[in-house]
Amino acid sequence: MAKVLMKGNEAIAEAAIRAGCTNYFAYPITPQSEVAEYLAKRLPEVDGVFLQGESEVAVGYMIFGAAGAGERVMTTSSSPGVSLMSEALSYIAAAQCPAVFVNIVRGGPGLGGILPSQGDYFQATKGGGHGDYHLLVLAPDGVQEAVEMTMQAFTLAEKYRNPVMILGDGMIGQMMEPVEFRDDLKSEPSNKDDWATNGMSTRGSKKRNLVKSLFLDPAELNNNNLVLKAKYDQMKREEVQFEIYNDDTDYQVLITSYGTMSRVCRTAIDMLKDEGIDVAMFRPKTLFPFPEKAVYDAAVKESCKSVISIEMSMGQMVEDVERCVKGQRPVEFYGECGGEIPSPEKIIEIVKGLI
Amino acid sequence: MQTEIKFAGFGGQGILLSAKLLAYAAMKQGAEVAWIPSYGPEMRGGTAYCTVVISDKYIGSPIIKNPTHLVAMNRPSLEKFAGDVKPGGIVFINSSLIPVRSEREDIMELVVPVNDIAIEAGSVRAANIVALAAFAAKSGLVDLDLLKKCIKEEFAAKAKIIPMNMTAFDAGVKAAQES
Repeated sequence: MAKVLMKGNEAIAEAAIRAGCTNYFAYPITPQSEVAEYLAKRLPEVDGVFLQGESEVAVGYMIFGAAGAGERVMTTSSSPGVSLMSEALSYIAAAQCPAVFVNIVRGGPGLGGILPSQGDYFQATKGGGHGDYHLLVLAPDGVQEAVEMTMQAFTLAEKYRNPVMILGDGMIGQMMEPVEFRDDLKSEPSNKDDWATNGMSTRGSKKRNLVKSLFLDPAELNNNNLVLKAKYDQMKREEVQFEIYNDDTDYQVLITSYGTMSRVCRTAIDMLKDEGIDVAMFRPKTLFPFPEKAVYDAAVKESCKSVISIEMSMGQMVEDVERCVKGQRPVEFYGECGGEIPSPEKIIEIVKGLI
Repeated sequence: MQTEIKFAGFGGQGILLSAKLLAYAAMKQGAEVAWIPSYGPEMRGGTAYCTVVISDKYIGSPIIKNPTHLVAMNRPSLEKFAGDVKPGGIVFINSSLIPVRSEREDIMELVVPVNDIAIEAGSVRAANIVALAAFAAKSGLVDLDLLKKCIKEEFAAKAKIIPMNMTAFDAGVKAAQES
């Protein structure tokens, strides 16, 4: 298919349709409302269900219900809305249901602002809701990758029976770039008959499926947590995705960055190269599972003197970078937030200070 | 080689659409493109601006402080952004609404009475198409026939207004050539 020019939000919506998403529930919030607008029109065309909930709390449980019934389901929101959904996320993870959550992050905390931010890294990767659970978190750096990750997200959610989050930001949601909906990105059919409450007669089975998150027997609850833990360990083995830019050089500094911020860093690296200074960038595409070993390996290259995490936050991913580099190199941080995005010139100034 | 064009004006002047059409035509020519709106809590009639990046390689930073060119559709836009344009760039001035000039010696001014031309072509609403056509003709960034085709595609659902917009387009090109 030929390339089309689309806004990130619309491209995510179209990708969901092509991945076979049949149910979408959401509550409007800037900067992602175009997803809902697009799907309100598009989902009925494919006999899907579009429903605007009365709040994000309700939407979270609509997702839980549809996912439990084996429907391919998605919601999209932005930071404050995702906070409201976090309780349901914990339930969905505990009950092992597949669902796709998209967070087009805006500045926080509180109502914050509506401009792009990366302040929800902790919320996305370390919880948000209660209990020992993780989301599988994918972080696109542009519209094309947002499409590919949305389509992957449904497959991954079903493979692990776990919620998957796309962590974008307002820039990715609002900007237009050429996108291609490649046929090879189609999602796999679901294994839902094994677990979903989609009706015994529907699946031709005598076995009852049960979706629940309440385990009053401590041994049973411990066991459920072990099952979840085994899935997160499997994600760490099988699902890590990352990219390293300009690593075939004797780089003195390794930048770690993701999403929109990584694109600015890439421009800064190109500009530094013109001055004869080599800097590399490590870009995780999966924030959970975090590319632990790969970032360590990139950091400890002999030429590399220091690592700096550059984020549109006050310092969140840097904690994972520090953890993975294990003290082998100094790990610095630079960030701006609230909608301010560090410029390539600013990054160059900061990086030069490390050399 | 990367070119960045900032389009700026009042909300409702069709700034975002002009920018999108330019990006679309450049994409059809095989370039990498990005269309980056300023989004914020704006009201109707407030300022709207948008940047298009056209490049022969992967586009890194989508944040552009100093664009190559500026298309200013109203006075506040010219006053706010003219100083940011890189030396050697085009500063397009809609002289129907802007009585002043950029006061820069190191850029090329393209002064076109966009609204007057659009009214003559049939509707002031085609002002954005006049500006786009004139800017495209002067900058040579995209093939003009291809750009026309993109406009026709964009308005496919409103076929009635295509002929008027084509008239506006041709008048815009002519104005640029005569300036």
